[in-house]
Parts: sequence; C-alpha cells; structure tokens
Amino acid sequence: MLAIKTEGLTYTYSVGTPFEKTAVDHINLEIEQGEFVGVIGHTGSGKSTLIQHFNGLLKPTSGRVLIHGTDLWAKDTDRRAFRFKVGLVFQYPEYQLFEETVYKDIAFGPVNMGLSAEQVDQQVREAAAFVGLREEILQKSPFELSGGQKRRVAIAGVLAMNPDILILDEPTAGLDPKGREKVLGEIKAYHKKRGNTVLLVSHSMEDIARYAHKVLVLNRAGVMMYDDTAAVFSRAEEIWKGGLSVPQVTRIFSLLREQGFPVNESVYTMDFAVQEILRLLGKEASHA
Amino acid sequence: MGKEIIEAQNVVFGYPLEGGRKSPVLRDVSLSVAEGSFIAVLGHNGSGKSTFAKHFNGILTPDSGTVTVCGIDTAQEDRLYDIRRQAGMVFQNPDNQIVATIVEEDVAFGPENLGLLPDEIRRRVDKALTAVGMAEYMHHAPHQLSGGQKQRVAIAGVIAMTPRCIILDEPTAMLDPQGRREVMEAIKKLNQEQGITIILITHYMEEAAQADRVVVMNDGRILLDGTPREVFSHVQELKDVGLDVPQATELCWRLRQEGCNLPEGILTEEECAQALAQLLEVGPHACH
Repeated sequence: MLAIKTEGLTYTYSVGTPFEKTAVDHINLEIEQGEFVGVIGHTGSGKSTLIQHFNGLLKPTSGRVLIHGTDLWAKDTDRRAFRFKVGLVFQYPEYQLFEETVYKDIAFGPVNMGLSAEQVDQQVREAAAFVGLREEILQKSPFELSGGQKRRVAIAGVLAMNPDILILDEPTAGLDPKGREKVLGEIKAYHKKRGNTVLLVSHSMEDIARYAHKVLVLNRAGVMMYDDTAAVFSRAEEIWKGGLSVPQVTRIFSLLREQGFPVNESVYTMDFAVQEILRLLGKEASHA
Repeated sequence: MGKEIIEAQNVVFGYPLEGGRKSPVLRDVSLSVAEGSFIAVLGHNGSGKSTFAKHFNGILTPDSGTVTVCGIDTAQEDRLYDIRRQAGMVFQNPDNQIVATIVEEDVAFGPENLGLLPDEIRRRVDKALTAVGMAEYMHHAPHQLSGGQKQRVAIAGVIAMTPRCIILDEPTAMLDPQGRREVMEAIKKLNQEQGITIILITHYMEEAAQADRVVVMNDGRILLDGTPREVFSHVQELKDVGLDVPQATELCWRLRQEGCNLPEGILTEEECAQALAQLLEVGPHACH
C-alpha cells in the first residue's frame, strides 16, 4: 500500500510577483507504507516545500497529493485528521516548545486529537520513553533542559500522536556525534516497533547511509533519484555534481575502483566497507 | 613557536545558578594559540568548547585565571573594543548575524561604526567580499542567498574589521554539503593567504582534519591537543567521549583491529585509498 503518492505536484511561491519561484516542479512520487526514506538535496532543492505538502500545510499550485489513497485537497477530505496521521518535526523544533512542563508539551498533540485523559497519558509516557526522557524530567519546565533534551521533547511531542507517517526535517542538526546517533537510534527503534513510514531529511550522508532503506535525492525542484540506498550511493559522481556529498567511505571505494580494484560499487557504511576489504583479502570479519 | 595571539591560563568559569552557586563549565583550562595558526576545537555538546571560545574576545571573562588577546587582558573592560577589533566571532546561524538589507551594507556595518572614512570603508568592503568569493553578490539582498553564501557574508563582515584572529562557532552546522565546502574554502584561504589566525569549533571531524592543530575538550578540560594525525590516532578515547574520527581514519582503525597491517594516522580519503591499495596488492599476507 502506498503511504504517499504525488501526481504532478507543483508549488510556486509568490505567484504573480517578480519573486515568483517554482520550488517543487511536477513531482511524481510513490512511497510505500513502512519505508524508511532518507531525503537529501542541496539548500533550495525543494525538500522543505515538498514535505510540507504531506500533511496539508501547503496546498499544491497544481497536481495532487494522496495520503493512503486519499486526495488531501479533495472537497470532502478532513484535512485536520491528516495533521495527526502525518507527524512533521521541523528543523530546530526545540524553539517550538511552549508549555509549562515537558509532560504538557508532549501531551499537546494527543489532547487536541480529543483522546481520553487515560489514552493521552499512555501515549505521552510511551513517546517520552522512546526518546529516552526519564520520568522525573516530565514535570520540569522544558526551558530548564539542555539543547539535546529539548530536541527530544519536541520529537516526543510528535511521536505521541502515533503518526502513521513520521517526517523529520534535519532532526540532528547541531547535535554532536553521540547525540546524533542517539536520536536516530530512537527513531529507528520507533520505526521498527510501529512499522510506520519515516521520511528523514538530512544533510549528513553518513546518517542517511546508516539508517535509510531508500533515498530520495532532490535537485532543482525535481526528483533526481529515488531508489535503494545502495543504488543511490553507487552513483556518487552524479550526487557530488548536484552539490551534495556521499559518505567518505563511498568516496574511498570510488578511488579504489578507479585504480582497478574489483570492489563493490555501492559501499556506503563502515561495516560494509570493513567486510568488503576483508572479502577481497579472503578473510572473514571477526565481529560484524 | 611564533608569537602567541591568545593565551588562556588556568581558566575557571561557571554560569550562575539560583542561590549564588555556579555550574562549573571550565575547570582549569590553559591554551596558547600561535599567531597564524588554524586550530579546530572538538567536544560533545556541553563539553565547554563554546563557553571557552566566548572567552577569546571578551564576551565572557574567567571567574579565575586569565585570558589575554594580543597582549590585552580581557578582564580590562575598557579595552573590550580593542580586543574585539583583533578577534572577531562568527556564529552558527547566519540569519542571526546579518543586520542590513543589502550585502555590501551589512559588511560595511562594522567599519562604519569604527568611524572610518568612506573611501576606506569602500576599500575594506570590496576586499572582504572578494576574500570570501562574494564580490559579485554585493548588491543582493541577504535573504536571496543560500546558507553558505550568507555565512560567507557574515565572515566578510568580520574580515572588514581587519582582525588578526577569527573565532567560528560551528559555522557550518546549518549548511548543506556544498555550503560547508564553500565556507571551509573561505576559512582556509584567509588563514593561508592573509595569515589570519583561525579557531574553528565544529562537530565535523572531516573539517577538523583540515586544521594544523586539534584541541579536544571534555567536561570542561582539554583532553587531547596535537596535530590532526596525533589526535585522531586516539580513536577509542574519542569514541569514549562521544566523538568520532573521520571515516578514513575509522576504516583503517577497524581493519587494524581485524589484524590488517595498516599505518596509523590516516586522515584523508586519498591517504586511505592509497593504504588500502597497497594492502590489497600484498594480499592475504597483509593480515594476520
């Protein structure tokens, strides 16, 4: 079943002014339910504009957006319901915290869904646990927390709505390597347990390589590639020319291939790289 | 060593808490920065690196210990303007640092406040924008620029003050790979061609690898200090404090653990590819 489908999706900012700009240009896309998709593209490639269509924050200038088969902008569609089905975590979401306590902030979404107090409580606690927030933090003011904790509170606020589709716009920007791994690990665990669809927008190719099954590459308001992670990173040169990068291990293996070594075309994670070298040497990895 | 431009001696600093107590952030840190050097400072979120950097142009002053910049003690409040003309600072978010509506006016803001003559301001603005490769955008509005371009304008604004030292606090955290490359090129050029001392705080290990010296902070202290080769050879120690090493370094380290005969101190993808090529040519005997 398709989670997201777009047909000729086009969005133009400031129509009829000298600043008119088409940010998303005739995009046709089909994302299956349960996928973990990495979304990459340079600044201005249309990533943020595209994802804001998936929960109806933006209305297409032309074309259609279908979520689980329902046209978001059809006359009788209850768009409000899709704001809960499709959870969107913006960049630097910690700036959007506003409640007196962490608990209330996470509960904001579920309360607005009209859930019972019991159900709200359960979802808040589950979401908090997923992102590793301890019980005692729930009664604190979000403004007393560290940057990394605030970020996790903001993510928990979206997880607490149990969205079928979870979209995160650079959830790890500004975090240190350990913080990045933690947040992404939590999202991966959530994805595994719930089997929901995840779209992860990131400038970190290493993170995308490690966590995503599929990668969507946007370039100049259109889709440049949408394929399995291995297939996408095997086209390193094109990605590089599009102003993006590939993981450093991928570049190392490109250099080896140029020198004539028969290495796999799509080495994109550290584990894969270690195994590939050992395979060529006729050795088994001791703990991979 | 050449002349020291910044000297921090036994710096202790804490942010005030309620009840007059302080939360210790820097615990006895000493560092000498040679004029003309390019230093990268690494550390996880909360390690004290940004707090330390804010001591380098007198935004913060130590609770005990001393910091001198170009021979001026930062505790001398009446000399703050002199200090800030010598040591400029660039922050993470370019949008928070740009004040004018036209690029050249933004870069002129500092020199105008110095009360310079119009001819001199013009000369400095042109030179600064050329140095960061943004001269052709001087009549553009900042909001029409990409993140990397905006950050280069912010750097030009600092250069127009003709500082001897520039401190950059995660200047690439919000940028895409292309923007990161542009900013790193601009920084290296300023260091190499104009001899400006650079202190770069970053979470990107590949950026730190391009510096002459890497300082790693942990829990308010300096944990490691040396050339990138020396520092990144401490793979396990860095991982223990939540940091990474460049993937080129990690790949060789992992393969050494598998018994492969690879040199230490590999930093770049070219070095890594070359070392792996040699390993593969030797074949299975290269590992035990």
